[in-house]
Amino acid sequence: MYKYDEYDTRIVRERVAQYRDQTHRYLAGDLSDDEFRPLRLQNGLYIQRHAPMLRVAIPYGLLGSNQLRKLAHIAREYDRGYAHFSTRQNVQYNWPELPRVPDILAELASVEMHAIQTSGNCIRNITTDQFAGVAPDEVVDPRPLAEILRQWSTFHPEFALLPRKFKIAVSGTTNDRAVVQMHDIGLEFYRDAANDASSQLLIKVWVGGGLGRTPILGEVINAALPWQHALTYCEAILRTYNRWGRRDNSYKARIKILVKALGIEEFRRQVDAEWVHHKDGANTITQAELTRVAQHFDAPAYETLADGDAGFTDKLATDKAFANWVKRCVHAHKVSGYRAVTLSLKPTGIAPGDATAEQMDIVANFADQYSFSEVRVSHEQNLILADVKLADLYVLWQTARAAGLATPNIGLITDIICCPGGDFCSLANAKSIPIAEAIQRQFDDLDYQHDIGEMEINISGCMNACGHHHVGHIGVLGVDKDGSEWYQISIGGKQGNDASLGSVIGPSFAADEVAGVVQRLIDVYVENRTQEERFIDTVRRLGVAPFKTRVYADRQPARKEVANV
Amino acid sequence: MSDTKNLIGKDGDSVAHLVDFDTWQIVRLPTVQEEVKKQAGKVVQFKLTNAESATAEQVAGTQVPEGKVLLPLSVWLARKTEFAARVTAGEIGVWLEAHELVETLFESQPDLNVFPVIGVYIERFPDGRAYSTASLLRTRFGFRKELRAFGDVLRDQLFFLNRCGFSSFEIRADRSAEDALAAFKDFSEPYQAAVVVDQPLWRRHARV
Repeated sequence: MYKYDEYDTRIVRERVAQYRDQTHRYLAGDLSDDEFRPLRLQNGLYIQRHAPMLRVAIPYGLLGSNQLRKLAHIAREYDRGYAHFSTRQNVQYNWPELPRVPDILAELASVEMHAIQTSGNCIRNITTDQFAGVAPDEVVDPRPLAEILRQWSTFHPEFALLPRKFKIAVSGTTNDRAVVQMHDIGLEFYRDAANDASSQLLIKVWVGGGLGRTPILGEVINAALPWQHALTYCEAILRTYNRWGRRDNSYKARIKILVKALGIEEFRRQVDAEWVHHKDGANTITQAELTRVAQHFDAPAYETLADGDAGFTDKLATDKAFANWVKRCVHAHKVSGYRAVTLSLKPTGIAPGDATAEQMDIVANFADQYSFSEVRVSHEQNLILADVKLADLYVLWQTARAAGLATPNIGLITDIICCPGGDFCSLANAKSIPIAEAIQRQFDDLDYQHDIGEMEINISGCMNACGHHHVGHIGVLGVDKDGSEWYQISIGGKQGNDASLGSVIGPSFAADEVAGVVQRLIDVYVENRTQEERFIDTVRRLGVAPFKTRVYADRQPARKEVANV
Repeated sequence: MSDTKNLIGKDGDSVAHLVDFDTWQIVRLPTVQEEVKKQAGKVVQFKLTNAESATAEQVAGTQVPEGKVLLPLSVWLARKTEFAARVTAGEIGVWLEAHELVETLFESQPDLNVFPVIGVYIERFPDGRAYSTASLLRTRFGFRKELRAFGDVLRDQLFFLNRCGFSSFEIRADRSAEDALAAFKDFSEPYQAAVVVDQPLWRRHARV
């Protein structure tokens, strides 16, 4: 993984000093709340319901075991013994004290981490596929470019005060797992000739995607950008946005609104007219620079192994619980004899994405023992060990299970994406964690979960859509009605290459009704599915109507009229 | 006058310093009662890019004193023939609001270096358009003279303002310009190319 050199180290140290001084001036009354707000936000510090919330950057979701141990240490020393992994591959602390945040930043800097630009109206953490570097369908490892983008966007002087937040995702696979279409900019790598690794590396550039109040999937602004121009082209997009994005209404300030208002053709024309002046400029990436950064992501020292292991095969046949886990939590790897493993942070009854300090230490130990000392965070809020030998899977599973990290539910109905919601977040209209728990309890039976098959339920506590509810096969959105908490249900959303936004099925529900509604949706699916059809496929084939009819069967206005006759 | 300016100068790589003597007067439009606009229930704080800045009455009614003056863009555009001799004498500069386009100024005066000073008024510091305005003035429109930020100009934005090409900074009156000098040293080796430090880190130094 990327190792800091003296310059990276200097920048994060200078940042700690700068932020310490800003905090000091704020506490001394020399900075007003309004003046301090953008400063603390650009450092990931929100003022929340109970205490400030600090969001720490995990660039493109990659962590070293020493960094994970440091996160555990911070959870113990500065927080309440746990942390929350977010849908943007970052980690959040819910209870830090504002005056101690500079000390937390100093701790982070000591392990090459920071909280720079994890919030605020600036370029945020660059995200990518959690299986980068090991996925069999990978065209190119996206992490070197993600790191180059991270450095370029860090304290970019022109784009620190944009109209609104700005999120960039990078993908290097044929099957998109970075959700490039729901980002302000999505960069999708591909080779000019699909099966020729020596052919030119190009980028399909998506722009104007985003969820939130107005969910919109991105559009292609440039179908074939040579990789050398990634930074200059992003600069042209950002300058156009910085100048023309709406600042009069924060709900209409994202780039997606500008792109929609102008139309993609006109927006492209403006960006291209701007890009003429940036193209081949100083921020053009050279092969030497790409090579320099890429060497940090060279493949680890894999052993030469057969893609089979007698002990593994035996356990698979004899231990049903292990087999279930392998089915859901173990993923293909491009190197023979290795697999990627997802450690589920979604056991029933725990806030999705939460991990205790003890669990973080255990995962760090797993990484050291089994996976070249690296861990990844997925946007589905789980932790990944990317390089585990087949022969190690059984012992890993046993220890992980004891630590509550082996719930075999990855990609199933209980692997819910969920924001912190009204329990923690001051923006939320409604709680989300208890909804996740109610659904998990409703579908607790594992055989039933497997029978239902691939399913993504995404829950957001408000319009800001941190839980990505629009792209959940089933999406749940917390809404406020006359001061009480209600939940709007949508179906048919999906992430990936064939991404779609879900459709709302009808009037919203009380908290204690949601799990029952999900049950009815599942019933309709199970009754109507063809063989091998996933929930999302059935929804796409049948449309919303049969689901809606079932869910609202006992509250149809028509029925009431009949009763009144 | 110079006592009240609270002005910092920093040109290119030079060391930031307090400016003791400055005779430029910023000419303001006469104020008019503007209706309060709201969007999504909130008072609109930022004008749309390229929105109208002043009425014809305001422009006509603007009093321009003797001496070195920075004119509002709208006054310059409408009345520039009045000031031809003073431009030659080096007494005229122009200032833009954050929502105004540098292109508009350029179209009226292709050689911007006839202005010893161009100002950008930052009404509210979160309005990041000023940074693009400055970058464009320096890299696209060839402006080499003093580029001054004034208005809601605060210490914690100085490093970025400077890197985008601003060379003087009139710190908001209730804050100390002297204290703010430290901000120019916030970071010693920025990553990316911009106006000031125009090569990325990896082109400036051999990195491992």
